[in-house]
Amino acid sequence: MPRIRSESLWGYIFISPWLIGFLGLIAGPMLASLYLSLTNYDLKHADFVGAANYQRLYADPLFWKALINTVLYTALAVPLGLTGSLLLAVLLNQELRLKGVWRACFYIPTLVPAVAASFLWGYVYNREYGLLNQVIGAAGIPKQGWLETTHWALPALVMMSLWTIGGGRMIIFLAGLQNIPTSLYEAAAIDGAGRWRQFWHVTLPMLSPVIFFNMILGAIGAFQVFTQAFLITKGGPDDATLFYALYLFRMAFEQFKFGYASALAWVLFVILAGLTALQFYLARHWVHYEGERK
Amino acid sequence: MNEVPSLRRTIGSIFLHGLVVALALVFLTPLGFALITSFNRYLPSAPDFSWLPWPPHWRNYVDAWTARPFPLYLLNTIVITELAVVGTVLSSSLVAYGFARFRFPGRNILFGLLVATMLLPGQVTMIPLFMIWRQLGAVNTIFPLIVPAFLGASAFNIFLMRQFYMSLPRSLDEAAMLDGCSPFGIWARILLPLSKPSLITVGLFAFTAAWEDFMGPLIYLQDPNNYTVSVGLQLFNDEYGNSNLNLLLAASLLHILPVVVLFFFAQRYFVQGIATSGLKD
Repeated sequence: MPRIRSESLWGYIFISPWLIGFLGLIAGPMLASLYLSLTNYDLKHADFVGAANYQRLYADPLFWKALINTVLYTALAVPLGLTGSLLLAVLLNQELRLKGVWRACFYIPTLVPAVAASFLWGYVYNREYGLLNQVIGAAGIPKQGWLETTHWALPALVMMSLWTIGGGRMIIFLAGLQNIPTSLYEAAAIDGAGRWRQFWHVTLPMLSPVIFFNMILGAIGAFQVFTQAFLITKGGPDDATLFYALYLFRMAFEQFKFGYASALAWVLFVILAGLTALQFYLARHWVHYEGERK
Repeated sequence: MNEVPSLRRTIGSIFLHGLVVALALVFLTPLGFALITSFNRYLPSAPDFSWLPWPPHWRNYVDAWTARPFPLYLLNTIVITELAVVGTVLSSSLVAYGFARFRFPGRNILFGLLVATMLLPGQVTMIPLFMIWRQLGAVNTIFPLIVPAFLGASAFNIFLMRQFYMSLPRSLDEAAMLDGCSPFGIWARILLPLSKPSLITVGLFAFTAAWEDFMGPLIYLQDPNNYTVSVGLQLFNDEYGNSNLNLLLAASLLHILPVVVLFFFAQRYFVQGIATSGLKD
């Protein structure tokens, strides 16, 4: 009996750093932010205003603009990024010489800190000196203001996000590919399946848990897109790249409307929780776990 | 009969290698372009951009180093990064040990919560945390940036370490316990030395996360003397606008360099760590 008690005690002692952090840095602040969202806290006032922030948010055109931009960015960046990472992994899984070298080449962009990457890409898209305009200029296409026109700015940031398709996601896909038993391919080949059908009916189903994992984390990450828009487009032109996290940051740390920003944060939380729950629900129809059972 | 497929395979292999080389070049082009630009003269004043700047205009790097207090930003970044790495490695291995080796009421629920926090957007806690640190008078200090590391803020790293400890046989612990080792001693003297690869992996993740962190320093470090490189880089941009592109790119490359160098020395650990994170087993 004392032994068991002492085992529990040791367990709590060892996890205590995280437990303290969880209560003080996550659970506590989450509740505080829920309360703040019901106040008009802005360094001057601190009154309880009920659901007023949420009502204001519903009527705020910039909130909707930011939400739509973010949904659009996520809807483009996540599927394109996943497809790119998967194709790159399939490519690197072939018989290649110097595999480590290529893997490193594709991985390096992921190592570039977000701030430096933003400046690098701001330069690639630069109207006068940018690489992109030099390349298309060589093909006779006139210079475009990639980040200065409302219809190009968001796609340009999506394209920038694809620079990192050789990163963690790709490595996870590669490991997933290597975990697929070759016997499955052999069996499929005996049944007369060509490489294309093997990909659809063996590779993709076997990889589906990994695709699902990457999709969940990818969507949550893309929904919080911030640094690029904050540094290079400043949300512009004409709010074309005003993303949710940027709008929230401005409300909180530039206008000090902490109450309103907290309401924004909770709406973000609810949206992401809903999106994740939806993905888990839909996963039952396409994610196969048979291969993982030992 | 045999020659045809082998010829086909050779052609296929050549095609495959060509494709990989072309793609690798595309991926590295933005970096290469920035590198070349950083060795060119000031763009607006230079008569033309040279793809092969010769002699290289080293001055950009000298200016990037001195035009802003870059060495100061670097020092600030190094201090924060080092402490964050130490904190993350210590806390994640301790907490992971607790979850992997001890049974206690609520363990599964708590571990579930830990995993769930990986999905939590930082914005939800950002504002109250800022208010707490402000109340404590810790804005403009490094505490808001390093204390979370010591409190196991990176659930992902705890998860990674726990997976590793689960793979170590319990007989090790039991043998040490018979020799009179305390649970703390088992962690410090048996498990820690065995988990060097995982500790390096976690350390690498903590390093890159702290090195490139932007939102944290942006919110908490308001005095320019406390800036880290990621926040300080902005000053190259804002003050001079486009005319300072070469300096901005030179400074950005200096920001990238340590991470890339580290990657080359520790590639194996990076890859292993990431690969295990996505695959249960």
